[in-house]
Amino acid sequence: MVQPANKGEQSASGPEQHTIIALVEDKPGVLTRVASMFRRRGFNIASLAVGRSERAGLSRMTFVVNGDMETIKQVTRQLDKLIDVIEVSDISTHQVVARELALIKVTTTPSSRGEIMQFAELFDANIVDVSTSSLVIEITGGEQKVNSLEGLLRPFGITEMVRTGLVAMVRGQESGIDLENLGIPPSANGLIRMDSGI
Amino acid sequence: MKLSGAEIVCESLLKEGVEIVFGLPGGAVLPLYGAMANYPKLRHVLVRHEQAASMAADGYARATGRVGVCSATSGPGATNLVTGIATAQMDSVPIVAITGQVPRGAIGRDAFQETDVTGITLPITKHNFLVMEVEDVAPAIKEAFHIASTGRPGPVLVDIPKDVLLDLRTEFVWPDMPNLPGYHPPGAAPARQVAQAAELINRARRPVILAGHGVLISQAYRELIELAEKAQIPVITTLLGISSIPTAHVLNMGMPGMHGMAYNNLAIDQADLLIGLGMRFDDRVTGRLRDFAPNAQVVHIDVDASELDKNVKATVPVVGDLKQVLNQLIPLVQPTVHLDWIRRLDELKAQHPSLYIRESEELLPQYVLNRLSEVAGGDCIVVTGVGQHQMWAAQHCKFKEPNTLITSGGLGSMGYEVPAALGARMGRPDKTVWSVAGDGGFQMTMCDLATAVENNVDIKFAILNNQSLGMVKQMQDVFYDREYYAVEYSGNPDFVKLAAAYGIEGMRVTRKEEVDDAVRHAMEVSGPVIIDFVVKSDEQVYPWIPAGESVHEMIEEQPARGGPY
Repeated sequence: MVQPANKGEQSASGPEQHTIIALVEDKPGVLTRVASMFRRRGFNIASLAVGRSERAGLSRMTFVVNGDMETIKQVTRQLDKLIDVIEVSDISTHQVVARELALIKVTTTPSSRGEIMQFAELFDANIVDVSTSSLVIEITGGEQKVNSLEGLLRPFGITEMVRTGLVAMVRGQESGIDLENLGIPPSANGLIRMDSGI
Repeated sequence: MKLSGAEIVCESLLKEGVEIVFGLPGGAVLPLYGAMANYPKLRHVLVRHEQAASMAADGYARATGRVGVCSATSGPGATNLVTGIATAQMDSVPIVAITGQVPRGAIGRDAFQETDVTGITLPITKHNFLVMEVEDVAPAIKEAFHIASTGRPGPVLVDIPKDVLLDLRTEFVWPDMPNLPGYHPPGAAPARQVAQAAELINRARRPVILAGHGVLISQAYRELIELAEKAQIPVITTLLGISSIPTAHVLNMGMPGMHGMAYNNLAIDQADLLIGLGMRFDDRVTGRLRDFAPNAQVVHIDVDASELDKNVKATVPVVGDLKQVLNQLIPLVQPTVHLDWIRRLDELKAQHPSLYIRESEELLPQYVLNRLSEVAGGDCIVVTGVGQHQMWAAQHCKFKEPNTLITSGGLGSMGYEVPAALGARMGRPDKTVWSVAGDGGFQMTMCDLATAVENNVDIKFAILNNQSLGMVKQMQDVFYDREYYAVEYSGNPDFVKLAAAYGIEGMRVTRKEEVDDAVRHAMEVSGPVIIDFVVKSDEQVYPWIPAGESVHEMIEEQPARGGPY
């Protein structure tokens, strides 16, 4: 049934975090087009991750975007409008696997090192570098998990941190974006090929 | 046979049915010009400034419905195209711009006349290409034309480095289909959405149609009239929707919004249903969104999904090609007469006669346009610039056929009137073309009078000369306490002598009695003519809803002493 119009008002729901995935052509300039659209329309990207997909010539992007439903709808429609963007899906309401990787460099002392390593172990994180006064911890997981470890390590002194941003995939048989249903031939390829890709 | 990249461009343009290319050569694009010389079917029109090339391509496209083509060299040539490209983007006009680029090896080295034109035009084109291999030239042009002309049309730029244009390694292979896996312009709409739209229309007691540029683009004029007549729904046309339905049609109410008819803004205020057809609820239409159409539900049909819910939330959003959607919708709409509503609107029209031109001894610009339209007969093409004269043309000119008002609505590009008229007349040599200009805009692009003269393009220029930037002056009058600053033109040229300098006829009109004869005479003369209408300089455009305000703040008439406050 149709709902009464609610013109020009912000929707009642406040800002939320949405995970949006996009399948895009692997061509030079695609990332610029996407980034330029976000900038120009004033949308707020919390994180963005890009990489090759299972199909040559196509990349997948995962966006985490802050905004109310109206904003998110605009984001997906504006993304979809870009010629190089093949398909867009807001997977926030789906069952998803969402992961990011972080490298965290923590200051250590002989007395704190053990405690820090215990925390790492609790979080299934790896110690990938050790020096007399620091550790580099590699953690993979959902955003909350990474946030938690970050929070625990902060009092020890984080001197450097890098996070990849979330990558996400819908669980089970269902696909966020189904190449077969889109009728994309296996050879789908960009018009302008450059080695650099995106 | 192996062809050069430049020859492949020419072959591709011929495949797309291109007849005219508006452009100006330079170093990086020279190979293309060398090739074009050997393709007599491609007529190159040499402009005096590249802005005229992109705007002429735009005018050509709007007048004909076909893709307009322009070309320029790298660097300043390409950047000069930019205002015309942005104009086409804002108004959904299909043009293809082909630019030369510095050779591949020089890209990124700040070479002479190098600019990153694909970067510059990224947000103002529907799409653009930097073609780095000669085998990609034909596919890029195929895709450029396809993208420009389908769905919601728009400008596409194809940037080709000089060494790619010179590359002689390949044969010309024209692809059967564009390879665009991410591009699927919508056709018909889902039946459920159309049924919901019909349900709202059938239930509405006070509906209005807001007809936009989409009606003209999808050629849904017949369907618009059919829908309006079947359910007796008044039609309000946005600035770019003007000429989608004849001015004289009994259901045509004219323009809404900032300088629209007061009764239209009141009608929208009182309506219980807005049916937006191929329009985008621009701020010049809506004013303050919070106060726009407070009593109305909204059916919004557009080919561009991102327009739905962008400014005004649609009760029923419908994505699809307007012509196809209307053909789905019309059978579901019950014939009806909204007798009370139509009567109410007639009352509003009587109480708020927005088109009234007061008696005056002076030469009023509204009077000039009213007479020009009357004498010219309403079947000419009117091309305008931007500002007061544009609004008066939209208010007072009458239109009989689709695509006969050509104006820069979204971007509001002054100077559009000269080159767009050039393109319109070259695309429609069967039509009289009137370029209605302001003295401000005319001087931005009048260098391309030379192009009109050189190609004997028969344009009638009507300059509404108030020796000022009238619209800005009007705003300073009201919002800046009549502190006129940087709006008065005391050094205008003598436009009659200017005409003589270009070897064309010029006339000056200062009195009301001279208007009809001047217009008539201009139309009898073969070739371009300039009429300098020296109009009352402090005349202002009304009705007026100041920017960001609503129908409640509408000022209906010019106050006796100038400013309304």
